[in-house]
Amino acid sequence: MLQDKTKAIHPGPVAPESNSPVLTIRDVLELTGAKLVYGEEYLDKPVRKAFASDLMSDVLQVEANDFVLITGLAHPQVIRTAEMADIGFVLLVRNKKATPEMISLAKQAGIALAESKNSMYHTSGLLFKAGVRPVS
Amino acid sequence: MAVQLKFTVQGGDFTNAGFASSQVKKILKQLNIDNRIIKRVAISLYEAEVNIVAHAWNGTVTVDIDEEKIRLFLSDRGPGIPDIELAMQEGYSTASPVVREMGFGAGMGLSNIKKNSDKLTITSEVNQGTEVEIIHYLHAQ
Repeated sequence: MLQDKTKAIHPGPVAPESNSPVLTIRDVLELTGAKLVYGEEYLDKPVRKAFASDLMSDVLQVEANDFVLITGLAHPQVIRTAEMADIGFVLLVRNKKATPEMISLAKQAGIALAESKNSMYHTSGLLFKAGVRPVS
Repeated sequence: MAVQLKFTVQGGDFTNAGFASSQVKKILKQLNIDNRIIKRVAISLYEAEVNIVAHAWNGTVTVDIDEEKIRLFLSDRGPGIPDIELAMQEGYSTASPVVREMGFGAGMGLSNIKKNSDKLTITSEVNQGTEVEIIHYLHAQ
């Protein structure tokens, strides 16, 4: 019984609403109540995939390009990691604030940066439900 | 076409860590190198640069680009690696709590450099330093 129940609620590897339109950074901000700290010019960029982690060592292992990085770590090396891994959008969660160094690096590297008060789980859940896919 | 770039890296300076990798990535883009190769170079160099900041006292990064390959050479003065084979194992790390708080030190760096390079050679002497050579070929070998 338990197995059947698990099967019924498990959405599988693909996001449940796979036919939903592709979200933009603007949509993500609206959906999660996040505040943009840098990157007005990137608001219409599509957000198709996401990865959530506080461990930059794990982020550097991801083979996908151009996804949103959801992280509770507010440190300049988060932006450096995003730059090296071709990540165009960093969404800080758990009410973490971007430091001036992070904003300056995001400008240099052309990375959109936003802050959300929600937890990582909450933010990830909202994006997953809206059709943003996992990186693999 | 032969280009050489040189940078110095300061141990413990986590604010500027990644500067060399960032500059190299920009230059490779200007040289119209394939984006997939650029990402592999950027990731491998950044991991190696962060290793100097996390473990060594200071070091240098030398990048040689020619028509055949990109050679990254990182040389540091520092504690060295007593057992390179052990250090290569995923999950093995001697990083400090400060390094871990910054999202590194999970023991994934060296294996990720290997994954993101065509050739990796590490030589080290305890209490002297470490030399890391990373080769990326621009064309299929």
